[in-house]
Amino acid sequence: MFDTLSERLSRTIKDLRGQGRLTEKNIESAMREVRMALLEADVALPVVRDFIEHVRQRAIGEEVMTSLTPGQAVVKIVEEKLISLMGEVNTSINFNTQPPAVIMMAGLQGAGKTTTVGKLARYLKEKEKKKILVVSCDVYRPAAIEQLKVLANEIDVEFYPSEKNQDPINIAKQVLDYARKQNFDGLLVDTAGRLHIDDEMMEEIKRLHDVLTPSDTLFVVDSMMGQDAVNAARAFDEALPLTGIVLTKTDGDARGGAALSVRHVTGKPIMFIGTGEKTSEFTAFHPERMASRILGMGDVLSLIEEVQEKTDIKKAEKLAKKLKKGKRFSLEDFRDQLQQMRGMGGMSSIMDKLPGMGGLPANVNTQVGDKQFIKLESIINSMTTHERRMPAVINGSRKRRIAAGSGTQIQDVNRLLKQFKQMQKMMKKLSGKGGMKKMMRGLGGMGDGGMPPGSMPF
Amino acid sequence: MFGFKKPETSQQQTVDRINIFSSLKTGLSKTQAKLFGGVGDLLLGKKKLDTTFLDDLEERLLVADLGIHATTEIIDALHSSIKRNEISDHDLLRETLNTVMTSILDPVQQPLTVPADKPGPFVILLTGVNGAGKTTTAGKLASHFINQGYSVMLAAGDTFRAAAIEQLQIWGERNNVPVVAQHMGADAAAVIFDALHSARANNIDILIADTAGRLHTQDNLMDELKKIHRAIGKFDDALAVENILVLDAATGQNALSQTKQFNDAIGIDGIVLTKLDGTAKGGIIFALALETGIPVRFIGVGEQLDDLYIFNSTDFVDALLEYQ
Ligand SMILES: Nc1nc2c(ncn2[C@@H]2O[C@H](COP(=O)(O)OP(=O)(O)OP(=O)(O)O)[C@@H](O)[C@H]2O)c(=O)[nH]1
Ligand SMILES: Nc1nc2c(ncn2[C@@H]2O[C@H](COP(=O)(O)OP(=O)(O)OP(=O)(O)O)[C@@H](O)[C@H]2O)c(=O)[nH]1
Ligand SMILES: [Mg+2]
Ligand SMILES: [Mg+2]
Repeated sequence: MFDTLSERLSRTIKDLRGQGRLTEKNIESAMREVRMALLEADVALPVVRDFIEHVRQRAIGEEVMTSLTPGQAVVKIVEEKLISLMGEVNTSINFNTQPPAVIMMAGLQGAGKTTTVGKLARYLKEKEKKKILVVSCDVYRPAAIEQLKVLANEIDVEFYPSEKNQDPINIAKQVLDYARKQNFDGLLVDTAGRLHIDDEMMEEIKRLHDVLTPSDTLFVVDSMMGQDAVNAARAFDEALPLTGIVLTKTDGDARGGAALSVRHVTGKPIMFIGTGEKTSEFTAFHPERMASRILGMGDVLSLIEEVQEKTDIKKAEKLAKKLKKGKRFSLEDFRDQLQQMRGMGGMSSIMDKLPGMGGLPANVNTQVGDKQFIKLESIINSMTTHERRMPAVINGSRKRRIAAGSGTQIQDVNRLLKQFKQMQKMMKKLSGKGGMKKMMRGLGGMGDGGMPPGSMPF
Repeated sequence: MFGFKKPETSQQQTVDRINIFSSLKTGLSKTQAKLFGGVGDLLLGKKKLDTTFLDDLEERLLVADLGIHATTEIIDALHSSIKRNEISDHDLLRETLNTVMTSILDPVQQPLTVPADKPGPFVILLTGVNGAGKTTTAGKLASHFINQGYSVMLAAGDTFRAAAIEQLQIWGERNNVPVVAQHMGADAAAVIFDALHSARANNIDILIADTAGRLHTQDNLMDELKKIHRAIGKFDDALAVENILVLDAATGQNALSQTKQFNDAIGIDGIVLTKLDGTAKGGIIFALALETGIPVRFIGVGEQLDDLYIFNSTDFVDALLEYQ
């Protein structure tokens, strides 16, 4: 439904093409697209603004004419910045305290606090072998206490009973006393959902905090939240010394921009994510995954990384320079590119990683297998150096010799030469760069088994 | 225009309208926050009617979760009015903005009517993602219809989430209406099928069925919902059924995906937008109105029985554009 950032960028990025470095001026359109993509992913506007500023500063002067298309270079910068802002993998619940370590949940209605108490209790019990007690201070929502009791039973963690006619502050005092006496390692406290603008309820949770003095106070937030996530997060952060964030319901298809918003305004680590309704569906937060998700890139980022790793940058740069100087793209260059494609696992592996490739005809994948590359390569290998540099000399008898040498047919040699010519033309036009969009379009027409122009962006 | 049995319908509606305002305004004064991030102020300000102004306005609409598409639509409409020199001052601009925004929501302002000519019970099936407010809305709707003189029954179709049944039972007690329930883990379609029998046998006017929260991306859970839908049709395919999608007003652009998937699964007849008593603006309904046209029936503005109002586009826009 949404365009991925790379799609957006490759559409507008033509302005960047043919320019070596990002400048204050040529980066504008790219930044507009980044802004749109982040807004569509529900990153809050003030956060988007800050973020764009960061990226702009980081991007200016950046080299964009290496093996990547300029669009991808910008995506890469955005991604890196996103990951670094999102923080480290951090799941350290603090037990470095006089037991019991008290962990309190806070958040809006329906965010997933009670479920998270169950999940975290299970996690600490199973992964960290802690003796855990849970309690509910939610005397408002119908059956909230019962809900936690059922969860505690299910995971076999002790539940401290509370009643809906009790004062939450009293519940807190009593349970703390009990937990100390019974030598629990950890006490997990569920609280009622509350609006950050409900003064009375915010006052209550501050008092709960004063009584419990938790070593961890976790802000639980729904990953489907929109722009308001910043307001809620800021208010909770001001009211309470939050120590971390739990992002829930990430098993859906929300892009989860709220994660960045909340992280940005509180500065607190996102520790865990909820990945389902079951108490086992709970894992550590991984900034890279969240970044790709916000950008809606499927696995494009890891693809780009792979391309970066596996492409011989020097060769690519040499080619770029050569082309810029007006030299022609040769059959040797063509072969280099074929080899690099093969190094990445061939077309099918690349296509697997691209979002939106599901829509391609089913035969495309099989037709563009590695065999195709090997065949093309061996044809080029069977040529003399002279032939590779001056394909024009390849006449009928030379073609017969090349076909025999590479175990192919004359038609195959003809097809390769034709493809090469098209490739050469394209290289001249783009001076070596073709966007992701072009590549996709090119692939769409591959049904006849040929390699159309524009299909080699690397 | 309402199918209500009692004659004081229009009066009720006026009361509703006043209440929405006072309720939204109470929320407002609580925080001194400006609803809608101060679009009102912007409109009263001294800013020139230029593109910077429109840029500002655009940002404020985006911040209300209207999304890029709906925002662009509104800005473009204003822009062309300005270009045609139809707008010369801020009052006029405010009016135009109001008109443009209301005109997007007008088509989805279609209050829920209880058909008089169909076999009973009228079924309201509450669906939506986890934690949106379905069960609470079931309780509020029961109260709403009881106040209109209807007899109501609740069906505990969430047999999955811990204590979901108990939660609905408490809402049943609060309304003093019967709740048909089985045990946790029971087949939700069977529970609702049972409830239909019971409702018909007892001449109940309206059966409100709660369902488990489910993410629209989970095929097996969406299949379960289809099964519930089929069970209702199997009971009596002449029944009038209102499939409601309950949406949290704080939801961002994902609401579009939610609505489309639930609509594809069972067909959504109406939306209830909850939690508007916070600072979330629920701007996503503009995008939903433009893209799906599904009627918005009610809004939820709190956790109490009577915190439910009939959706009114003029009030909604007025509340959004309200300034201090
Ligand atoms: N799919 C999915 N559902 C979740 C996740 N975490 C919680 N939920 C569901 O979200 C709904 C709300 O969760 P609760 O734990 O009751 O939320 P809460 O914050 O305690 O709600 P209140 O106490 O009413 O404020 C329930 O249906 C949960 O099963 C998650 O990670 N994925
Ligand atoms: N402030 C406010 N809170 C609401 C509103 N509607 C529901 N809630 C609260 O939101 C939380 C979740 O509501 P539920 O009715 O349990 O939501 P649900 O959709 O049934 O949740 P699941 O069954 O777990 O998917 C509860 O704490 C409700 O009290 C509303 O309009 N305003
Ligand atoms: Mg809870
Ligand atoms: Mg429920």
